Amino acid sequence: MIVHVVVFTRSTPDTAAKVEVNSSGVVTWGDAATVVNPWDEYALEEAILQAKNAGGKATVIAIGPEFHNEALKHSLAMGLDEAARVWDAALVGADSLGYATAAAGAVKKLGDIDLVIFGKESVDVGTDQHIYQTARKLGWTMLSYVSKILAVDYNAKTIKVERLLEQGKQIVTSKLLAVISVMKDINEPRYPSFIGIRKASKAVIPEWSLADLGVSAPTAQTHVTGLMNPPAKNVQVEMLDGTPEEQAAKLVDRLLEEKVL
Amino acid sequence: MSAVYVWIETFKGKALNSSWEALGAGKTVAAGLNVPLTALVFGENAAAVAAEAGTYGADKALICEDATLNGFRLEPYAALLSKLVSDNQPKAVLAIGTARGRELLAASAADTNSGLITEALTLEAQADGTLKVYRPVYAGKILSEAVGSAAGTQFVSLRGRAFKANAVNAGAKADVSSVPAVLAEADIATKIESFEEEAGTVSLTDAAIIVSGGRAMANNPAEAPAGTADAAVWKAKDGFANVIQPLADTLGAAVGASRAAVDAGYISYAHQVGQTGKVVSPDLYIACGISGAIQHQAGMRTSKVIVAVNKDGEAPIFKLARYGLVGDLYKIVPALTAELKKRLGK
Ligand SMILES: Cc1cc2nc3c(=O)[nH]c(=O)nc-3n(C[C@H](O)[C@H](O)[C@H](O)COP(=O)(O)OP(=O)(O)OC[C@H]3O[C@@H](n4cnc5c(N)ncnc54)[C@H](O)[C@@H]3O)c2cc1C
Ligand SMILES: Nc1ncnc2c1ncn2[C@@H]1O[C@H](COP(=O)(O)O)[C@@H](O)[C@H]1O
Repeated sequence: MIVHVVVFTRSTPDTAAKVEVNSSGVVTWGDAATVVNPWDEYALEEAILQAKNAGGKATVIAIGPEFHNEALKHSLAMGLDEAARVWDAALVGADSLGYATAAAGAVKKLGDIDLVIFGKESVDVGTDQHIYQTARKLGWTMLSYVSKILAVDYNAKTIKVERLLEQGKQIVTSKLLAVISVMKDINEPRYPSFIGIRKASKAVIPEWSLADLGVSAPTAQTHVTGLMNPPAKNVQVEMLDGTPEEQAAKLVDRLLEEKVL
Repeated sequence: MSAVYVWIETFKGKALNSSWEALGAGKTVAAGLNVPLTALVFGENAAAVAAEAGTYGADKALICEDATLNGFRLEPYAALLSKLVSDNQPKAVLAIGTARGRELLAASAADTNSGLITEALTLEAQADGTLKVYRPVYAGKILSEAVGSAAGTQFVSLRGRAFKANAVNAGAKADVSSVPAVLAEADIATKIESFEEEAGTVSLTDAAIIVSGGRAMANNPAEAPAGTADAAVWKAKDGFANVIQPLADTLGAAVGASRAAVDAGYISYAHQVGQTGKVVSPDLYIACGISGAIQHQAGMRTSKVIVAVNKDGEAPIFKLARYGLVGDLYKIVPALTAELKKRLGK
């Protein structure tokens, strides 16, 4: 039985894009590029490395409408072995429970999976819950904020990782099967090669429905009821000039007035 | 017997200050839903922290001091929280969206098939019992309004520093009950081998004041010692240690950085502010030698007062700043530290 690693990704608007809600209440980013969620580049790279080290394979999955194929094509171009996209009318308006149910269903459909890798979070909708909820739906170990995989033994089903937490670094051991989310310290994501890009552009990415996964969407428990552009922050910059000492003195005067010290 | 639950995050037996903000938000919601406010405290020293929670407005507290809960691990914490939620059907479960708070709430919401809304900037109980939240999406470029469902338990994680703690009432006491742990040590796969604390640093997300340095830290006039492999890295590190840190120390501030500084190896990733770093919202943010790229802004835009020190008067950071100081940070920052020491009598 060969080692099989699954990684999840999504497409997001380029982080430099001007994203806004248009007059019809829809989120737009003009003609700015759609890219693979930046956090996921580390997850994709790690999936490639893990599969390679174990002589196994890595599959990438996105959940969502067709524009997520862009992230999948980027993944294939980087060197992921296979890709699939999950989408279903029943997932329109789904909350994280729906996504996690679909994600866990996709992992189960693929069969003997040893390790599931996520990026740290989505830079766009940033719900940061898919990872943990997928792990719980699978009933697997969850190791988040992984900055190094120190050891993994797919036969003994053990894993040892370093995690980057708010107060410092933690080293833990645990058992496979596991879901991990990775930080940007973990590796140097590769750029897709020219041949990779050519191959990926021709790839036909299968679309799986919930029925294909043998799951049904749970009723959404949360609803987005509105999207709006935040009120423009009306700050008028005051330039403080003079020698460095004069600038410093002026600034301290202002900061004391603002009561922020 | 319904309630609003607030998870009080502890580290080494002490409550995180931000947990009191969650209790503050919880008080308003509990009043709106007309139910008691219950603090959940797990792990070492839980009884003492629960007593403290009483002074911050908790009506009740559920504690568990089982040794399996010393040091946060998701498995035993989520198992316990999920059991409390299934058994008692609270109206809501709140926590600050720290690394641990996020994963605990997400895991337990999944276990109990409850709704979860993350990163709330505001939180309001509506007449029909639902919770309404505003949360940032697309790195704060858009605000999303989200509503939970009153039929189940509504999980909400809160943005740090977005809510106010209740005033301390030293005489107030929470009604404390003890609950048993759900998992035994033998049932927990994850074992903590070691923890290496980053000593002496102020946590970025909790900090009231942040001083950040950017790529310009390499423009340090101090000379690198002969034979230094990478002079730019030496200069920048020296600048962080001997120019930025003294200002931060004078202000009791945390030290932040741009991604350019982190990527160049001037400072560790734990300090990165921005879209792919930490999102912070201090009262005062001082950006030194940072141009103000949109991805950096995503992490600090909501700071109350922003000060920019940059030699280029056209840098985009000045569009965001309340006060701008054009000049060399290596001249201005030491002058600022000296002036603050004088004025604050330090
Ligand atoms: C997907 C993605 C995610 C990203 N995430 C982040 C993130 O999380 N955080 C982040 O910060 N960036 C992020 N970036 C990078 C961001 O686009 C910028 O490249 C970065 O913020 C620039 O850092 P900087 O301002 O320090 O450097 P620069 O843009 O090079 O600015 C340096 C500034 O220092 C000034 N300067 C030079 N010398 C001096 C001196 N002696 N005294 C005073 N001023 C001086 C210059 O005028 C200049 O304005 C991301 C980019 C991408 C594509
Ligand atoms: N629609 C999606 N399809 C597949 N993977 C996703 C999707 N959304 C998020 N992810 C993965 O989940 C991680 C965390 O995202 P989030 O929970 O949305 O913050 C991301 O880094 C991706 O790895």
